[in-house]
Amino acid sequence: MALAAIRKISGRGVYVAGDDIDTDRIIPARFMKCVTFDGLGQYAFYDVRFEEDATPRSHVLNDARFAGAAILVSNRNFGCGSSREHAPQALAKAGFEAIIAEGYAEIFFGNSTTLGLPCVTLSGEDVRRLAARIEQAPQTQITVDLEAGTVSAGSDLVLPLSMKAAARDALLGGCWDPIAQLLEGKEASAATAQRLPYLAF
Amino acid sequence: MGKSLFEKVWERHTVRALPGGQVQLFIGTHLIHEVTSPQAFGMLRDLGLGVARADRTFATVDHIVPTDGRRRPYEDDLAEGMMVALEKACAEFGIRFFGPDGGKQGIVHVIGPELGITQPGMTIACGDSHTSTHGAFGAIAFGIGTTQVRDVLATQTLALAPLKVRRVEVNGRLGVGVYAKDIILHIIRTLGVNGGTGYAYEYAGSTIEALSMEARMTVCNMSIEGGARVGYVNPDEKTFAFLQGREFAPRGDAWQRALAYWKAIASDADAVYDDVVKIAAADIAPTVTWGVNPGQAIAVTERIPRAGDGKDDAESASIAEALEYMRLEGGAPIKGTKVDVCFIGSCTNGRLSDFREVARLVKGRRVAPGVRALAVPGSQEVARGAIAEGLDKVFTEAGWEWREAGCSMCLAMNPDKLVGAQLCASSSNRNFKGRQGSTTGRTVLMSPVMVAAAAIEGAVADARETFAL
Repeated sequence: MALAAIRKISGRGVYVAGDDIDTDRIIPARFMKCVTFDGLGQYAFYDVRFEEDATPRSHVLNDARFAGAAILVSNRNFGCGSSREHAPQALAKAGFEAIIAEGYAEIFFGNSTTLGLPCVTLSGEDVRRLAARIEQAPQTQITVDLEAGTVSAGSDLVLPLSMKAAARDALLGGCWDPIAQLLEGKEASAATAQRLPYLAF
Repeated sequence: MGKSLFEKVWERHTVRALPGGQVQLFIGTHLIHEVTSPQAFGMLRDLGLGVARADRTFATVDHIVPTDGRRRPYEDDLAEGMMVALEKACAEFGIRFFGPDGGKQGIVHVIGPELGITQPGMTIACGDSHTSTHGAFGAIAFGIGTTQVRDVLATQTLALAPLKVRRVEVNGRLGVGVYAKDIILHIIRTLGVNGGTGYAYEYAGSTIEALSMEARMTVCNMSIEGGARVGYVNPDEKTFAFLQGREFAPRGDAWQRALAYWKAIASDADAVYDDVVKIAAADIAPTVTWGVNPGQAIAVTERIPRAGDGKDDAESASIAEALEYMRLEGGAPIKGTKVDVCFIGSCTNGRLSDFREVARLVKGRRVAPGVRALAVPGSQEVARGAIAEGLDKVFTEAGWEWREAGCSMCLAMNPDKLVGAQLCASSSNRNFKGRQGSTTGRTVLMSPVMVAAAAIEGAVADARETFAL
């Protein structure tokens, strides 16, 4: 399955502050009562954005200055908790094309990569610098450049990003969805199964 | 140089190397449920693919099932739709489905072991982060996303990078009133909610060895709450005794071959680990959470942290945010915090041994006025066992609602939900904001016995005092 290489993402940013933002926060469980991922975008971060009676709360994701942001910026252990792919799906469908944080929970990171939603890491200090720039000038174009290994904001702020090599290679190589590779390994997989004692118990 | 169980199982299941340091890994057992699989079946159909190993795929329904009756269609149309989607997919692809009518339905992480599907030396994947539970048997078991559910359905393999292995050694005798739940809450509190990122946790030491299989499941279950996608215990005689005679466990000659494999797959005495952490059982107290992630935990005898107590600004901000949400006062004792709802159940603590231990203590005691208490067995098998022993009556006579099997109020995808800012003493695994079905609902995690003490006192209590342990 040929996929487009993902090399560079540009757009405006929004900073959702906090460590340990869990996937229940990103997409509350009641919105998982669905059999497709379509339509999840409107529910991203729903319970921090809206009161129970659907009145918008004061939240950065409801702030008109950051409307249309394509890059979400956050802190440590982003996406912890439930393995629900609904979380990155909701973010992607809400218009986010890349995430920048100080760190990620592992399942969330893998789920996002498989969707072609890059999750890049900056140091805490650099996240603070980037967040300050976004707050100061919400129109600033932010560019996540996977080839150069940088996050840049405007013309003057250039920050080194890090990312697991496997994920970076997969995005750059246009093979972030592994299904084609896995199907290619069909014979090798059958051979492995032959060697597993418990399949013959 | 010896190898750990993780390395041995990983090597055995490696199909081939993939670019970027990942491998194609064979998945011995794939467990599926109604929440994270319907989209995967949709993807499969879109790609024109079938299910590679229906014989190694097992389905049940747990998250959305009502626990107060099983009439179909379910009152919640969306829940009914998910149930129908799963039933159809299982019929279409020839997958075994343990539905509510068959007597074997339950939380996927409860029924796997109880049916003997979960075995040592296997790789097990499921679209659910608490899949690490199965690691209690010496399996390498982990949660996956829905696109990966598709990958396993289509190929019985996944693209994954290997994990490092941290041996978490707990030694010594647990104090009276201290349970497996306290061990894992203590570990998470000590190592942090992201301390295990990139690691598989191998739980070992005399304390872990002395635990029952059910208690080991409780420990492994919450590995992911500490950031570790995989947690396991090396298989031993207890593991083998638990499995013998179960429906999907090997029999006769196959049992002997299985024993040989299971013994060989355990970590070698001279295995080398990426990290080793030692914890003294004597340091573990009955533990409760006070905040909005499972690492925000203290001994029940401790005081709630103050906003300024963080080791850095970020942690202090997290404490302040958690205190505000939880409506708790920093510096106050956690003991005595009023509770509205008590919940015993979930893949963490919804097994027969949990209900037995609580029933033993609550017999003749009543739930405090104004407190709603729910006992939700983890599976139909657990429910049958409890009823056969008369435990359901002990609970109902003590003022508890005895419900049918499901995930229930652990994540409130079914009708069991907190209302408003109710505070729930819960034997489940997550205290995230809104987790139990109300956007302002509050969760305090603890062992089932501590939940029972809270139900009787109407407030967070030290079970050792309530039950004179």
